[in-house]
Amino acid sequence: MLNISNLHARVEEKEILKGIDLEVKPGEVHAIMGPNGSGKSTLANVLAGRDSFEVTDGTVEFEGDNLLDMEPEDRACEGIFLGFQYPVEIAGVSNMYLLKAAINARRKHLGHPEIDAMDFLALIKEKIQLVKMNEAMLYRGVNEGFSGGEKKRNEILQMLTLEPKLVILDETDSGLDIDALKTVSDGINALRSPERAIVLVTHYQRLLDHVVPDYVHVLAGGKIIKSGGSELAQELEKKGYGWLGPASPDSVVSPEAVKSQRAEQGV
Amino acid sequence: MATQSQELEQLVKREYSAGFVTDLEADTVEPGLNEDVIRFISAKKEEPEWLLEWRLKAFEHWKTMKEPGWAHVHYPPIDYQAISYYSAPKSASDGPKSLDEVDPKLLETYEKLGIPLHEQEILAGVKQGIPNMPNVAVDAVFDSVSVATTFKDRLADAGVIFCSISEAVREHPELVKQYLGTVVPTSDNFYAALNSAVFTDGSFVFIPKGVRCPMELSTYFRINAQNTGQFERTLIVAEEGSHVSYLEGCTAPQRDENQLHAAVVELVALDDAQIKYSTVQNWYPGDEEGKGGIYNFVTKRGDCRGARSKICWTQVETGSAITWKYPSCVLQGDGSVGEFYSVALTNNLQQADTGTKMIHIGKNTRSTIISKGISAGRGEQAYRGLVKILPDADNARNYTQCDSLLIGDQCGAHTFPYTEVKNPSAHLEHEATTSKIGEDQLFYCRARGISEEDAVNMIVNGFCKEVFKELPMEFAVEAQKLLGVSLEGAVG
Ligand SMILES: Nc1ncnc2c1ncn2[C@@H]1O[C@H](COP(=O)(O)OP(=O)(O)O)[C@@H](O)[C@H]1O
Ligand SMILES: [Mg+2]
Repeated sequence: MLNISNLHARVEEKEILKGIDLEVKPGEVHAIMGPNGSGKSTLANVLAGRDSFEVTDGTVEFEGDNLLDMEPEDRACEGIFLGFQYPVEIAGVSNMYLLKAAINARRKHLGHPEIDAMDFLALIKEKIQLVKMNEAMLYRGVNEGFSGGEKKRNEILQMLTLEPKLVILDETDSGLDIDALKTVSDGINALRSPERAIVLVTHYQRLLDHVVPDYVHVLAGGKIIKSGGSELAQELEKKGYGWLGPASPDSVVSPEAVKSQRAEQGV
Repeated sequence: MATQSQELEQLVKREYSAGFVTDLEADTVEPGLNEDVIRFISAKKEEPEWLLEWRLKAFEHWKTMKEPGWAHVHYPPIDYQAISYYSAPKSASDGPKSLDEVDPKLLETYEKLGIPLHEQEILAGVKQGIPNMPNVAVDAVFDSVSVATTFKDRLADAGVIFCSISEAVREHPELVKQYLGTVVPTSDNFYAALNSAVFTDGSFVFIPKGVRCPMELSTYFRINAQNTGQFERTLIVAEEGSHVSYLEGCTAPQRDENQLHAAVVELVALDDAQIKYSTVQNWYPGDEEGKGGIYNFVTKRGDCRGARSKICWTQVETGSAITWKYPSCVLQGDGSVGEFYSVALTNNLQQADTGTKMIHIGKNTRSTIISKGISAGRGEQAYRGLVKILPDADNARNYTQCDSLLIGDQCGAHTFPYTEVKNPSAHLEHEATTSKIGEDQLFYCRARGISEEDAVNMIVNGFCKEVFKELPMEFAVEAQKLLGVSLEGAVG
């Protein structure tokens, strides 16, 4: 489904991704872990098509097409969903309207008519229960005044409503309390299916206790320095990223550093 | 980031689609302003002596006045002697009695503008551009004269007078004499004095006691001739307990020179009367380098003369090179209400200094001001508002909200709220925000499958919804289209 080969990318003259190779097949769940600043969000954004990141080398194929040639909105309409690490607020545009516009954009892209208003309401009422969000939040501005946890739930709501083929979640678990983490994990698991692939970007093992990945990759210094099964995540949790040796000087993080990061994030 | 803001600029760029010129034989007076020109205009219009005197007095006063320099706008000095003060399409100057007598080219022009002039078409309610307008009576002002007013009979049955101001001077001189200049005196300001001296046409509306006007009234203004100014004068009188909703739309051809538009609008609401005045202004804004475009220097004022009367101004301003405009309410009657809802968009090198004045004189008077400014390109925009509470205005209330939305990083927004409170029981609230459409917001929408253009429209539309909901239904569509937005339902 997704084929990344020798991907290099930079932002503002600084090279961040230095040759990523990754293959994701339908039905698989991949976790990408790694210290702060290692390039995880950069990879997620490059896949979604953000143009402040410049791809300097390598290829990315999505279902056989050259993904790098596509506009971000076309990637989304083709079924790629990025759950943002920091979802942005859009005042004045209701959450509900954004969702409807997103659904209709995709339907239009696929040559379907717009969704019927009643069908849409029914759909959204069903999905909002899964993420345990208050219906009133649908009528508020997109993420406007939402708490960190509410923003992440909202990302999951969008994901569930849009039913993408490839889900990329960038630290959707950060800053969540135990209950919210459970809700979000349930949401992700609900979407797991043989046709769908999920890429979880995360710092921590704890999300992976709920959503057990098929593969775990460690990204450090702009490269995948180690790949393994779900047991790799547990080992990392115990030993810290430093255990893997210095891939580059800025990617060495001690277990203490991981702990202090966790404290910072209120975990 | 530079490319990002360039892209944004591209997005908000719209071609001015109303910028065609109509090739008509016109009856135009030589440029220049003097007593003879004023006498000529007055004679052309077969005006009574008192009106000529009124004009000449205004002219005398104007000569002693200075152009205001306080607004946050910049332009080279205007040579008032280089402007022609009267231009009429030839055939229309002989006074068309029906649509059949109107120059077909003129009708074509209005068709291009999407104005349903033919009554049949209006009744049928199918007209490209402005769908579902079965209930709108239209007066069309072309350069200096009104060319056609529709639905006269149905309005007359209700006792409503809706005609050009020139016709009103002829047919209803006592009403015109009673109210003209009572809201905006001839000496009010530089442009109002100029207008009073040389005004050529405009609309007149009279709603008698207790009547609810059976349909929306609407005037379309278009400046066509070169080097002419347009100085229309609109007077709306709503007698006790009457209601009326009035809309004006404006366009002008694309020309390299600047054209001057200095209108005066006077509204009078007696006891329990309500006037809703909406404007969708799309004068030619000039090109990307700021060449050409209309200078829109307008005085609009409503007088809530009666108790519990209400005047509501709603404006969507997307055109003009320079806008200088402050629709105001004088709240004289006890319990009267003034409202001002505004969306102003400045793009490229457009400048707008706009806002409102709410003058609270009566007791228990209330006013609401909602101003939404959108600046894109290198547009400059200022909100200027005055809320004045006079000593006798017990328990006056005002709520003011000014929001600015910036698109790109080369534009500007400024807010100048003034208050003068002379009664301690007054209650004033003011809120202001400035926001920016950011790359992160657009990318967020795009990552959900929504194109950049739709995302901008969606955000702009959301920003303006409080104002759009005040527009008459039929015109909310047009207004949104004007802002380059689709009606998808972002509003709501
Ligand atoms: N817009 C940007 N401008 C400059 N540097 C950036 C930008 N975005 C990310 N970076 C830098 O790129 C590196 C990788 O960042 P990121 O991909 O966000 O890491 P992660 O998500 O793994 O924490 C960091 O050194 C970060 O400072
Ligand atoms: Mg990150």
